[in-house]
Amino acid sequence: MSEQSASSSPLPNGVPAGLWTKCPKCGEMLYQRELEEELYVCRHCGQHRRLSARERIAITADSGSFQEHDRGLRSSDPLHFPGYREKLSDYEGRSGLSDSMVWGECTIDGIPVVLTAMDFNFMGGSMGAVLGEKFARAAERASKQAAPLLAFVCSGGARMQEGIVSLMQMAKTAAVVARLAETGTPFITIAVDPLTAGVFASFASLGDVSIAEQGALVGFAGPRVIEQAFKIKLPPGSHSAEFQYQHGMIDTVVTRRELRPLLVRLLRILSLDREERADG
Amino acid sequence: MGRWLPFDRQLRELEADIQKLERLLAVSGISEERRARLKTQVEELRRRQEQVTREVFTMLTAWDNVLLARHVDRPYALDYVAAIFGDFIELHGDRRFGDDPAMVAGLASLDGQRVAVIGHQKGRDVKERQFRNFGSARPEGYRKAARVMKLAEKLRMPVISLVDTPAAESRLEAEERGIANAIAENMMLMSALRTPIVVIIVGEGGSGGAIGIAVGDHVVMLEHAIYSVIPPESCAVILEAFGRDPSRGAEAAEALRISAKQTLALGAVDEVIAEPLGGAHKDPAAAAASVKDAITRALARLRALPVDELVETRYRRLRGFDHYVEA
Repeated sequence: MSEQSASSSPLPNGVPAGLWTKCPKCGEMLYQRELEEELYVCRHCGQHRRLSARERIAITADSGSFQEHDRGLRSSDPLHFPGYREKLSDYEGRSGLSDSMVWGECTIDGIPVVLTAMDFNFMGGSMGAVLGEKFARAAERASKQAAPLLAFVCSGGARMQEGIVSLMQMAKTAAVVARLAETGTPFITIAVDPLTAGVFASFASLGDVSIAEQGALVGFAGPRVIEQAFKIKLPPGSHSAEFQYQHGMIDTVVTRRELRPLLVRLLRILSLDREERADG
Repeated sequence: MGRWLPFDRQLRELEADIQKLERLLAVSGISEERRARLKTQVEELRRRQEQVTREVFTMLTAWDNVLLARHVDRPYALDYVAAIFGDFIELHGDRRFGDDPAMVAGLASLDGQRVAVIGHQKGRDVKERQFRNFGSARPEGYRKAARVMKLAEKLRMPVISLVDTPAAESRLEAEERGIANAIAENMMLMSALRTPIVVIIVGEGGSGGAIGIAVGDHVVMLEHAIYSVIPPESCAVILEAFGRDPSRGAEAAEALRISAKQTLALGAVDEVIAEPLGGAHKDPAAAAASVKDAITRALARLRALPVDELVETRYRRLRGFDHYVEA
């Protein structure tokens, strides 16, 4: 659970081409156009910058194939939580999103998929009732179209401002994954920086195939939270994609450059003998 | 006993007065006349005590409720198990890593019928609290619960789940063994389990740690239990709305709407069970009788449903946690 400033957007819209930016990790100056070509990975230190949901879709879906659904779904502020409505419209203004998940249909190397992408810039990618509903609708579309469901997951956790309603989204999304499984539809999760708490402990942990992007923070409780709460010091890298991989929680960790080719190979295998299965 | 909540200082003073009089009564050789007078005084103070309790409990704040839900004298899962079920055989271990004392699970009889029981278990004294990890279950706890739930499905017996945890264990060992995965898998399992599930939130319904065993057909909350996505103190630290100030947890508790009544109004639970005056710890037997009654009523209804309908209804309920507006 966190509140993340939207000001750290990796690619501010309207930045003129040819601008130089500084790598937040190693401090090297990077040529903006080159950075775009490198999929926002620093060519000096390999740091993967966080992407917005739309940027993520842009580098994953076949060009022009993405059709978004339920763009206008908004929170009803079920608790009338102090300051929540103002915060929502503030984030909406800054990000152009109405909540922390974008979902739609697209093709990847010509293979139709249903895709959901979370946006950490929108209230720390927190999960409220809008996200739960969008994910449920995406899963239902996937099973109806017999198309794999691909979920890019990153989140600070449940949306506190929706109280118990946000906690219920953990159960809702898990139930939806159970239903999806009954229809034999593949569910692929891609953990990107950072994935924690209520989202990691619900649908994001239930992928049939679970991929993570290199260097992503992945953990139930954020390391800072644990260090503060228990007054302990954690070993470096204890809540990373690599750590989760070592402990058998993730199938594979890849660089951003490797991700799309891997998805294509995976989708090709999963779409083999589809007609035969449909006949059977 | 002898632990008090901050809001009942008045009660504490009354109790001290009562005890003083009772000590006088215990002295041998006092006259019958004096004894009778003392007795009347004690009775009067007891009546006053009850009246004050009634007054205090009609205007409980959200924070009072938090303290009640966490009260160290509050009955815990095994107290309810002992009071409600005819027999209980505890089962241990998740068959993968180990046994987690913060989660109990087993087979029990309830008025001549078989049930499986799972629940978080807290400890009362320092040693027991440590042994039970303060009711914070580890991955193996959730997986033990999962094992027993699958057994219940196989043997066609209902599952009774008693929820009482501040949060799931989150330190490194829990992370290494996949605490997030264990919670997620449990919710998925429970969403489709082909046998009735009755959930009772008896104390603290602490976020992911709670929901990891709280998906069911009938979800009940005790009157002074709380159900929250985050501890109110932590919420106050994180949010600007509370000045990122941990001492403003009481305000966060109000805003989060974590009381049983409010949770019922938000549709996350189906029923609230009244507690004895002063809270469940004032009369654990009466509290257990109310819980038993709720379980019995729920099971009578749920057992009558064809299992397909049961599971479909449970799914519809989960799918229907809708609080959004469509543009």
